[in-house]
Amino acid sequence: MGRQRVKFTFEAELVKEPIIYMLGRDFHLVTNIRRADVGETLGWVVLELDGEKEEIERGLQWVSSTGVRVDPVSGDVLQG
Amino acid sequence: MAFVSGLRCRECGREYPGEALNVCDFCFGPLEVVYDYATISEVVSHDRISAGPLSIWRYHDLLPASGDDPVDIMAGFTPLLKARNLGKRLGLNNLYIKNDSVNPSYSFKDRVVSVAATKSVEFGFETIACASTGNLACSVAAHAARAGMRSVVFIPSDLERGKVIGAAVYGPTMVAVDGTYDEVNRLCSEVGDNYPWAFVNINMRPYYAEGSKTLGYEVAEQLGWRIPDHVVIPSASGAMFTKIWKGFNELACLGLLDGVEAMTFGPDQNTVHHPAITTKMHMAQAEGCSPIVNAWAGGQSHVRPVRPDSIAKSLAIGNPADGIYALRVINESDGSAYAVPEPQVVEGIKLLAETEGIFTETAGGVTISALKHLAESGAIGRDELAVAYITGNGLKTQEAVEEVVNPLLVKPTMSSFEEALEGRAAVSQ
Repeated sequence: MGRQRVKFTFEAELVKEPIIYMLGRDFHLVTNIRRADVGETLGWVVLELDGEKEEIERGLQWVSSTGVRVDPVSGDVLQG
Repeated sequence: MAFVSGLRCRECGREYPGEALNVCDFCFGPLEVVYDYATISEVVSHDRISAGPLSIWRYHDLLPASGDDPVDIMAGFTPLLKARNLGKRLGLNNLYIKNDSVNPSYSFKDRVVSVAATKSVEFGFETIACASTGNLACSVAAHAARAGMRSVVFIPSDLERGKVIGAAVYGPTMVAVDGTYDEVNRLCSEVGDNYPWAFVNINMRPYYAEGSKTLGYEVAEQLGWRIPDHVVIPSASGAMFTKIWKGFNELACLGLLDGVEAMTFGPDQNTVHHPAITTKMHMAQAEGCSPIVNAWAGGQSHVRPVRPDSIAKSLAIGNPADGIYALRVINESDGSAYAVPEPQVVEGIKLLAETEGIFTETAGGVTISALKHLAESGAIGRDELAVAYITGNGLKTQEAVEEVVNPLLVKPTMSSFEEALEGRAAVSQ
């Protein structure tokens, strides 16, 4: 089993999509939202994912493929 | 000893012990160091600071690690230079350059890493790590060597050879990741969660970031314990920007600025703004990676992440951890933010080199071009006191200015030399 903390950023056209629901349903992940803010032009959600490591990996790849940006919860780690 | 009472979440305010943590368990918000300012105010003084070493550790009372035996390669106390020539060119009579490119590993990162490394030793870590495209890797590897610790630095596999050598020489375990920028970020974040290492900008981040406050303290001290009217600061994650502001405000609240009354710190120390701190904070980013500037210009409270595509690699953070806090500082200080067009980055490097004899990296080119914009637009008045922060050395990004190499080619005779000299003079007329 694995656990990962991530931040999803949604552009306006994706805000209405049930991405988190589908992530849980299709990849058998438990999604636990800790903080979120959805505005007219942008939305973000900080959440924790619990499940099989491979499924977390596959699930995050799927989320990225929908156009949602996936980032580490604490911002970019790679620095100058 | 360090006057730290713990950590506090910047979002929900929950408190944590002063351990190697960076994210609130409840809301995943970032944690920040909480100080015992009441005790600090009893011990700190100008005399005590002056008696300290000529490094960031002269301000140890205001840092989260003990100054008794720091991991110190003499970071900080870098020159504050009155920039008469550049000032004349830009129409500014009171311009100063804070030249942090002359730190031991040639960038301001030595300040933050010195604090993180010292704290890592305090916590008993044996390995210190980071993910970097250059400056941070050099600094982490150098401090680890000094501390006798093992270091692991993650770099993108296509990093320029000069930067790889600049870090590798200190003997770290170097991991070159073959992946996109986002993939490197995600891998390193996962590694940080799974290995018992002091990852400077993951589990050590609350302590690490505090090192940048010394850029505020030093400028104030070097100006005779007063603050500038304007500062121009290059930004990537936004952390340094917020910490310089915090540094100015801490000095004011502790009564360490001349003519400024001390003030009690409120329960939320992160938002303390002493009314005497009137410095306008100007942020500089390169157009190819300017998420914070974009948010400020659009009047947004969110920072929309971007995919970096900039010559200023040391500022290329597309998802800045402190972006929203930096936005607040810009607004609170009545400052501004400017995205420098990419071609002007090199112009900025050359302008500083040709006027003041300082060779900066691309981040410094961003700062100088933003300064030029602020001067030309009248945002900085002719006689106002302005400080531009130069945070990295030009030797690190020589490829950016390769076209400046244009020597006179001569035969070893006087006639050949004079002919070439006349030819060059004719061209430049």
